Amino acid sequence: MHRADYVIKRLAFAIMTVFVAITVNFVLFHALPGNAVSGFIRAPHVSPSLRAALTHEFGLDRSLWQQYALYLRELVFHANLGVSFTDSQPVTSTLADKLQNTIPMVFVGTSLAILVGIVTGFLSAWRRSGVVDRVSTSSAIVFYALPTQFIGMVLILLFAKYLPTAGMRNEINNYFSSGSTWSNVKDIGLHMALPAATLALTLFGEYTLVVRSSMLETLGEDYVLTARAKGLPQRRIVIAHALRNAMLPIATLVALSLGFIVAGAILVEIVFSWPGIGQLVYSAVSNRDYPMLQGAFLILTLSVVFFNFIADLLYFKLDPRIAV
Amino acid sequence: MKSVEPALAEGTALVARPSSGGNEIVRVLKERRSALAGLVIVGFFVAMAVFGPALAPYSWTQQSGPVYAPPSSEHWLGTDDSGVDVLSEMLYGGRTSLIVGFAAAFVAMIVGGGIGVVAGYAGGGTDNALMRTTDYFLVIPDLVLMIVVATVFGPSLSHVILVIGLLLWTSTARIVRSQVKSIRERVYVRRARSLGASHRRIVAQHILPQVAPLLIATTVLTIAYAIFDESALAFLGVGVPGVSWGTMLERAFERTAMTQGAWWAFVPPGLAIGLVVIGCYLMGQAIEDALNPRLRVAHLSIKSWRFRTTPNVAEGDAS
Repeated sequence: MHRADYVIKRLAFAIMTVFVAITVNFVLFHALPGNAVSGFIRAPHVSPSLRAALTHEFGLDRSLWQQYALYLRELVFHANLGVSFTDSQPVTSTLADKLQNTIPMVFVGTSLAILVGIVTGFLSAWRRSGVVDRVSTSSAIVFYALPTQFIGMVLILLFAKYLPTAGMRNEINNYFSSGSTWSNVKDIGLHMALPAATLALTLFGEYTLVVRSSMLETLGEDYVLTARAKGLPQRRIVIAHALRNAMLPIATLVALSLGFIVAGAILVEIVFSWPGIGQLVYSAVSNRDYPMLQGAFLILTLSVVFFNFIADLLYFKLDPRIAV
Repeated sequence: MKSVEPALAEGTALVARPSSGGNEIVRVLKERRSALAGLVIVGFFVAMAVFGPALAPYSWTQQSGPVYAPPSSEHWLGTDDSGVDVLSEMLYGGRTSLIVGFAAAFVAMIVGGGIGVVAGYAGGGTDNALMRTTDYFLVIPDLVLMIVVATVFGPSLSHVILVIGLLLWTSTARIVRSQVKSIRERVYVRRARSLGASHRRIVAQHILPQVAPLLIATTVLTIAYAIFDESALAFLGVGVPGVSWGTMLERAFERTAMTQGAWWAFVPPGLAIGLVVIGCYLMGQAIEDALNPRLRVAHLSIKSWRFRTTPNVAEGDAS
């Protein structure tokens, strides 16, 4: 009963947010100077008849409400986000292609960051104020504070001789059709090394600090004291009692931050010319390709909403107290 | 007699209010070395932003040496891709970056603080509506919206400040709201209300002074985020026109300083951003920790726990 209530409530919020995101997206891009026609026609002297034909084709001669209804209908039933100003390709298919490139890189980088963050955070909470704590906490803060693009640039400076810093080709899948699978995997892996490492370096600091403070908090709880009073060995107290309960905020925080990572990978992708969604946003900005920007913005917002929903469910699963 | 009493009470309140908020922060700075270190770092860069341009050895726009000259006695930090002295650019660019950071954090403080106080104090439907709006803003990927809006409005100093400030207020609003909610229910606030104090007066006299230290702490943290975002926007080519630490990084990247080994073109601005962010982080975190009694208790209990276990564990090992 409670469980269903909670899930439905969160789901309703997620759907509401998606709807607001779509609407704001529509309004924001309609407030822009210029419209699809002026963006589409780059030639200075276009005949009025062509202009009128295009205006009609894009539905710009209708009222704003009709356009909004049209936008919603196309989006919901046809997954149609419009056509790019630059290459006249449907935005949706381009976005899907680019996401396919972004997700593996982000996945590798984030997994690395989570792993390093949990290990260093755990160790520094366990050996509080010791050497390990000092080193991992201060390196966490330093990497957390350095700009992403700067870390990427330093890695290029240091490793340009050994690893590729750019030149990942557009379609990852194409690699699998030519050459042996092993050489393809190796090639992608080599290209991925520096961007994924940059992402991991920028992200792990936050995880370390969260894991550390969460561990410290649980170590101060009464049940840990009880476990001590029972005479359990320290290793068991720290791992079975403290870490287990500390995982709760950690898991939700990781899920929450996942949504923003795709957006945060923009800088990494630009530094290493990784052909993902970040690159797409960058080129859409410089080309003033509004439909593409609009689509990318929507996808990135949706990913945050999705992961927030997952975080809510996870939190519920891990901490049944909140339903009561 | 009757006329004296309220006058006296009002007078003492006026004296006590500013000092209570200030003392808290001064105490934190005294007690915590990390907070002091943060203050020193930020103070150094603020001084640099104020006096730096006057101290710059060369022009920050004109060529004064060969392209990508390494650091030497003439150019302490070398020259950039067009032969401009990097040290001079650093001194001048720091001013832009810090102005964006502080001004955007100020915008976020006003908006977030205002929304937090109104939501927390009014409660009910207003609270609900404002918090749902905040929830929505929390979901938006900040950087992407910043890029979109900055692209739309075109690059200028005030646009960048507004874009960053208007997207960083959410956490401030949430923190302030929960604080205000608890203060509102305290006995002296209820008494003031039953004595007929206006809402405006209660907020100004009782709520704002209590919220102030927390508001300052979150704003200091926001400065760090704002400087970070400035460099990101600059890197995407929609930042502040002119020289800032962010644009220095961007130009060094565009002109492939990394592969030419010209580390002096991007390491100084990168480290400067990192240092300011660390400074703000240390200060804000220390104030926030000091204000959070729960954390202080947890901190105490973990200490005592460790203190008690150490001999115990040794015993266990021995037996």
